[in-house]
Amino acid sequence: MTERVVIVGNGMAGARLAAELDARGGDRKVTVLGAEPHRAYNRIMLSALLAGRIGEQDVELAETAGHGSDLRPGVPVTRIDRAGRTVRTADGDRIGYDHLVLATGSRAMVPPLPGLTGELPRRVVPFRTLDDCRRIRAVADGARSALVLGGGLLGLEAARGLATRGLATTVVHPTGHLMERQLDPAAGAVLAGTLAGLGVTIQLAVPATGVAADATGVRLELADGRSLHADLLVLSCGVRPDTTLAADAGLAVRHGVVVDDRLRTSDRRISAIGDCAEHDGTLTGLVAPAWAQARVLAQVLSGTEPLARYRPRPAVTRLKAAGIDLAAMGDATGGGPGEELTFSDPTRGTYARLRIRDERLTGAILIGDNPTIGTVIQLFDRGQPVPADRRSLLLGRASDGAGAAPAASPALMPDAATVCQCNTVTKGALVSCWRSGARSVDAVLAATRAGTGCGGCRDAVAGIVDWLSQADSVEVTR
Amino acid sequence: MTDGARPATPQGFPPREAATHCPYCALQCGMLLREDADGVTVLPRQFPTNRGGLCQKGWTAAELLDHPERLTTPLLRDPASGELRPASWDAALERIVTGIRAVQAESGRDAVAVFGGGGLTNEKAYALGKFARVGLRTRHIDYNGRFCMSSAAAAGLRAFGIDRGLPFPLADLGRADTLLLVGANPAETMPPLVRWLTEQRRNGGRLIVVDPRATATARQADLHLQPLPGTDLAVANALLHIALTEGWTDRAYVAERTTGFAAVRRSVAAWWPARAEQLSGVPVADLEATARALGTAGRAIILTARGAEQHAKGVDTVTAYVNLALALGLPGRPGSGYGCLTGQGNGQGGREHGQKADQLPGYRRIDDPAAREHVAGVWGVPADELPGPGVPAYQVLDSLGTPGGPRALLVLGSNPVVSAPRAAHVERRLRGLDLLVVADLLLSETAALADVVLPTAQWAEEDGTMTNLEGRVLRRRALRPPPPGVRTDLAILADLAARLAVAEPAAVPTDAPGPAGTAAARFPTDPAAVFAELRRASAGGPADYAGISWSRIDAADGVFWPCPTEDGPDTPRLFTDRFATPDGRARFHPVDHRPAAEPVCDEYPLHFTTGRVLAQYQSGTQTRRVDALRRAAPDAFVELHPDLAARLGIGDGEPVRVTSRRGELRAPARLSPTIRPDTVFAPFHWPGPARANSVTNDAVDPISGMPEFKICAVRVEKA
Repeated sequence: MTERVVIVGNGMAGARLAAELDARGGDRKVTVLGAEPHRAYNRIMLSALLAGRIGEQDVELAETAGHGSDLRPGVPVTRIDRAGRTVRTADGDRIGYDHLVLATGSRAMVPPLPGLTGELPRRVVPFRTLDDCRRIRAVADGARSALVLGGGLLGLEAARGLATRGLATTVVHPTGHLMERQLDPAAGAVLAGTLAGLGVTIQLAVPATGVAADATGVRLELADGRSLHADLLVLSCGVRPDTTLAADAGLAVRHGVVVDDRLRTSDRRISAIGDCAEHDGTLTGLVAPAWAQARVLAQVLSGTEPLARYRPRPAVTRLKAAGIDLAAMGDATGGGPGEELTFSDPTRGTYARLRIRDERLTGAILIGDNPTIGTVIQLFDRGQPVPADRRSLLLGRASDGAGAAPAASPALMPDAATVCQCNTVTKGALVSCWRSGARSVDAVLAATRAGTGCGGCRDAVAGIVDWLSQADSVEVTR
Repeated sequence: MTDGARPATPQGFPPREAATHCPYCALQCGMLLREDADGVTVLPRQFPTNRGGLCQKGWTAAELLDHPERLTTPLLRDPASGELRPASWDAALERIVTGIRAVQAESGRDAVAVFGGGGLTNEKAYALGKFARVGLRTRHIDYNGRFCMSSAAAAGLRAFGIDRGLPFPLADLGRADTLLLVGANPAETMPPLVRWLTEQRRNGGRLIVVDPRATATARQADLHLQPLPGTDLAVANALLHIALTEGWTDRAYVAERTTGFAAVRRSVAAWWPARAEQLSGVPVADLEATARALGTAGRAIILTARGAEQHAKGVDTVTAYVNLALALGLPGRPGSGYGCLTGQGNGQGGREHGQKADQLPGYRRIDDPAAREHVAGVWGVPADELPGPGVPAYQVLDSLGTPGGPRALLVLGSNPVVSAPRAAHVERRLRGLDLLVVADLLLSETAALADVVLPTAQWAEEDGTMTNLEGRVLRRRALRPPPPGVRTDLAILADLAARLAVAEPAAVPTDAPGPAGTAAARFPTDPAAVFAELRRASAGGPADYAGISWSRIDAADGVFWPCPTEDGPDTPRLFTDRFATPDGRARFHPVDHRPAAEPVCDEYPLHFTTGRVLAQYQSGTQTRRVDALRRAAPDAFVELHPDLAARLGIGDGEPVRVTSRRGELRAPARLSPTIRPDTVFAPFHWPGPARANSVTNDAVDPISGMPEFKICAVRVEKA
């Protein structure tokens, strides 16, 4: 019998699972029920959309259109009937399942401030969904200033996007430095300096106490008594897993829907992946683990690798926007045993802090121009040993003898040094050629074939001939 | 330069000269051969590809003409001693015909297979394909180009409707504002091409190289992206993602000249740069700089080579770069485009005229009824007598001597014992054959296993045409005849065809239309006659040579195909108005990264990749026998990062063993900071214990049949 898999949620986790299942073939009907009315889209690109650099079609993700897939966007699920193995949709449908997957994601948190209870004012918008993005853009069109409440990763991306649109943008953050979950104070300060240079004002260590909005603008009251005015307030105060369906159905829920290594909930016919799932006491909130979970679940459900298990990998937080380059991973802020490498150039917005234990990176913060960022991320992600020369982790590749230019003075080159790689001509051969009578660069090139391949050594040969002609009266063999 | 065994030249002659091209790589550098009483001298010649340059391989090419190890007599394996013994041509050819007849009588026509090479002239490649289909009537013919070009060829075909390595003249490289080389190391593989890179940078252009190793080419680049092997596809998708988000794509071009972009746009939406960074190790900032350099350039060119192509996802990887080029509006725009750097001397022409399992001359498909009718008409046989498509090279090699697989194999211009993946396994398969025939000028490692070895002419002893990496058809010209006892490949094929026809008259219907009713006449030994026939066979096909004559090539530094009429133009630049698809538009194909066929694990924790060194060529049959090249690159080595070596307790020059699930190689360590610490490299030119292909993976690309030479999982130990 055809197995019926129903996926609740057409976000990055749900859509990915459908694709992973489709790729594995098999006799299976997959129904994806998405609450949002759109095609699956890439949430990570919303800040670029917010900035106006791309259009909505550019954030669309590939969807499975396989024979067994039934994509139904704009169909919210209202309840799960575990006994009858059906889900009820908002439009009254009942859809039966053999296996149900919750990929309901998370919702933006709205802080419990006066002025934000009930329906949000038009000029106050959270930053989470494509619809949020549309609302922000609608208000931002014609706006001149914006406030962003929350200096975490998403808040800063939103702020950067709004500043790119030309809005005077201020970030209000309750604690003493930005992205305090990932950064240490020094890194937060470097980041704040970078943002300031990009036209984003930062207000730190100041909780908000209330919001007042009307048709002309929005006012944010601060705990220190000040109030800030702008045309737009974007809320970026964290997210909360959407566990309503699971909780109503009596599944085990703590912060998220509790799942085991197979991504199974307390009901063996129901799984959960992505932001809504809590594995080993941890919520992820990032795409990489959500996709890793989608892969494992597809392996298990399809039977292609029934023993597959989800093994979380340490997360890497990455913020990359024009003028900002930040990576944070593991625990770089704590002390404890192990080595620590640091580099700081706040004036140029560069900061690096790496923690090493037993030859492995245990944490890193990199901000600004760090040429090693890709290497550091890979070493951390894969748990590979760090270079013997630790400097190369901070400053880029270790000095490279193989590609070095010819020695400054030909006199210092050993005779055996190869000058022309294409024709294997050594300095010694060039010297011999000179001594046997060739007295010009062209004559030396012709006699030795140096420079006749790629031609790249001609300058070096000319240098040696020049040196020989000057040193001819003295001893030239070394 | 003579060895004293034989006079190098006839007595009392005036010096002879031949303006020809180098026998080695696809650059086909122009060279002048001059023979006088002192022997044969190579001189570089001004030609539009090498502009007077030659690398050491070219300079020393003539040393093999009178080499003491040159084969000058057929060899037959003596059943009693098991050794190869000199034999007469008659005995050798009879042994072959008897063997073929026996296995075909017992196991059918497909029990004989043919394995060709990308170094054969167009005429020989054509004749070999015809010999397989008409002389042997087997579907099993393929060639070592499968290990070289096949992924780029398949990707080019599905995107552009045609496969020509460079769809523009090489000189365009020198004028590109941005040039992206992906998995290409021309500083070692075709050094004179680097002159164009130097010119490009002198003109203010930016050179960007993608390579897991800081090669001699990468070290010249303005920017070097050093990804983990096997992640080039993700890098390409991220570059396109960036180009989209930054608005650098050419939307008008995409709308007017392509189809299928929406699906690609959605698929690369999932490749935001930080994701590709984590996978490949290439910093986002470098990805952005690369995308910007390509996306904002007036003229930009993207080239791939074996590093990107020799993977089980090689076709998709090339497609990802083609997608990028199309989205940026490069192909067909003068001075811009996508291209592939062909490897072997006639890698291009060799795949156009019937050596490939699924193709007939003119780059026609063997499963296309109209193509079969046309070619069968030229060959004078009924179309329904032509066999159908065969299978790709590795699949043939893997099936040799197994139930249902070929029992006899004829090899021309190839040395799969060294060059095939999982080579020890391939060697066992070759040993399991009833009959192995190898035609070569030297006793290659494959020839050493043969039952019959036929000595053949080499490049300076034959006329013909080669088609270089630009799709430029050029002339190979004979300096002198082959030495006594040596025959040309064309003569061998003609003789075999004649003997087979006598053996089995039904195979060659005498009443069929055609040049003549005898097999001998159907397999002319004169390359000019073969080329004339090739022109007719290719006429109307994608690779149309009908308008190309030897005299026209002589008059104009070569002729670019397609060239359908003698008085019409040739085609230096493709795609300027339309692509070779039915609707004239190029096609996007969404492609996604997938992991290497063999991931690293605790037991085999390192990535292994293979490649080339400057002073050796392919399996080294020729270059390992040239003194100067042997001195320059005497032995194999295993390149590893000093940090990795320190952890393994290996010092520079110490012997190491590299082991995979398929076998091991032993060679001295060469420590270099130019390679990633998680990857080891070995060149593949050497046989025996140092054979890199003992280790490589025989997983193949599902579309092209290209084996995964460039990545597998190994462990490295002190030997």
